[in-house]
Amino acid sequence: MTDLTRLTIAEAREKLAAKEFSAAELTDAYLAAIEAANPAINAYVTVTADKARAMAKASDARIAAGKAGALEGIPLGIKDLFGTEGVHTQACSHILDGFRPRYESTVTQNLWNDGAVMLGKLNMDEFAMGSSNETSYYGPVKNPWRAKGSNADLVPGGSSGGSAAAVAAFLCAGATATDTGGSIRQPAAFTGTVGIKPTYGRCSRFGVVAFASSLDQAGPIARDVRDAAILLRSMASVDDKDTTSVDLPVPDYEAALGQSLKGMKIGIPKEYRVDGMPEEIEALWQQGIAWLKDAGAEIVDITLPHTKYALPAYYIVAPAEASSNLARYDGVRYGLRVDGKDIVDMYEKTRAAGFGTEVKRRILIGTYVLSAGYYDAYYLRAQKVRTLIKRDFELAFQAGVDAILTPATPSSAFGIADEDLAADPVKMYLNDIFTVTVNMAGLPGLSVPAGLDHKGLPLGLQLIGKPFEEETLFRTAHVIEQAAGRFSPTKWW
Amino acid sequence: MSVDIATVKRVARLARIAVSEEEANRMTGELNGILGFVEQLSEVDVAGVEPMTSVTPMAMKKREDAVTDGDKADDIVANAPASDRNFFLVPKVVE
Repeated sequence: MTDLTRLTIAEAREKLAAKEFSAAELTDAYLAAIEAANPAINAYVTVTADKARAMAKASDARIAAGKAGALEGIPLGIKDLFGTEGVHTQACSHILDGFRPRYESTVTQNLWNDGAVMLGKLNMDEFAMGSSNETSYYGPVKNPWRAKGSNADLVPGGSSGGSAAAVAAFLCAGATATDTGGSIRQPAAFTGTVGIKPTYGRCSRFGVVAFASSLDQAGPIARDVRDAAILLRSMASVDDKDTTSVDLPVPDYEAALGQSLKGMKIGIPKEYRVDGMPEEIEALWQQGIAWLKDAGAEIVDITLPHTKYALPAYYIVAPAEASSNLARYDGVRYGLRVDGKDIVDMYEKTRAAGFGTEVKRRILIGTYVLSAGYYDAYYLRAQKVRTLIKRDFELAFQAGVDAILTPATPSSAFGIADEDLAADPVKMYLNDIFTVTVNMAGLPGLSVPAGLDHKGLPLGLQLIGKPFEEETLFRTAHVIEQAAGRFSPTKWW
Repeated sequence: MSVDIATVKRVARLARIAVSEEEANRMTGELNGILGFVEQLSEVDVAGVEPMTSVTPMAMKKREDAVTDGDKADDIVANAPASDRNFFLVPKVVE
């Protein structure tokens, strides 16, 4: 029998419906792959094998009864940020030690309602704060990709590093992820997978551990554009439990694939040509432009003048919101408690022991910029800059641009424990330079693999769209995928 | 703007995170690195610009003021490190 884990969601869906194999067989194939690979990759922090088998069995019953849902029997990995009832949910932090929620996040509930099977919870940067998956309490994830002729371990990107690595290494058919500043798109680019951060308000944030509430948005990481479209359709919904959930029907994103790009205008922002960007990234960008032009799109130069201020504004807004959101971890209601001589001492000791270095750094920055006397200079100014960043995009769209094409990341995957990056937090933050503007403006952004660099590592292109026009991104990304082909790592694990 | 070690200790106290002398020292450098990086925002002309308060322009959703959830005290204390008869237990806070 062929290796079932190699099938895309679209292929598995078809073969399950044709009863070529059962959902139970498909799930078993993934569980076996995880058991063999996870000690090396470290993508999963918990595997829910019994639950997966029970869910697959229920899927087989529904398939037999002719009641299959849109994702019936499809085995998925879930980022540890999503609340899953009765199952490990710790945002890969020590402070949520032992936490098992009594509720289910809306996004995961939507997936189960459509028949999907949960394989387990995926590794991530602690509280989604990181770009390399190295801040996880559960240790770094290894990228399934290695440079040609090298045995050196590379990061899968972050914060959704476990999601991206599990999809690339065939340890799940698709994965949920979240993106606050690039946490879906950067790991997708580093692993040759497709990731989309939808418009703010498209996926419910209910039951997802909060990092920066005005920036957080859930989305899928998948093997190809079609699978990402299939997953997003199930994940997205209108939800009364999230007041920022937008009342718009969820379209059939898959139907957008294969549509012509004729008459479409693609904007190329000159501000995304940054100093020190490798020649290969520029070449990849030009290649992407050529592909879209060949497909009938019109290419126009645009300007997004406030681009360079997005990252500094983000490093005020995101830590400020995080410091407020993470105040709830006090050793009283859930998770870790370290006893102290009085209640304040207990809070301080609990939070000192429970949070990792990067999380503490961001809480302190956030507390500082919100503290008396500094609010106007930092937070208020950053929120004004955010208005200007959004306005840049609005002007481009008003001028007739349908989507914007940029590189996804300023480099390919870097090494685990890179000394330069470890020594300077700001250097690590620069990984998100092309993705963070999209979160600041609340727009949808998609990363699609477009080629390999000279080391044989995947590189991605990013497409940015108008609010709630994810279909345009899928349609355009599909053209790039058709031209570039798909990329899989050589198995070493 | 930059911070000194006393400010870092004061902010850590506000954030209720215990820090050692060595940690406070290291974080002073790191925080100043980040504050130096965000300093470039001061060159942006924000005169007359409204701060963003809603990512998607929309009216706040409202619902009928009615009880839609509740009676789940067991669920709420289920993950507490210490609880007793549906109360969270904490060290004594009043004499």
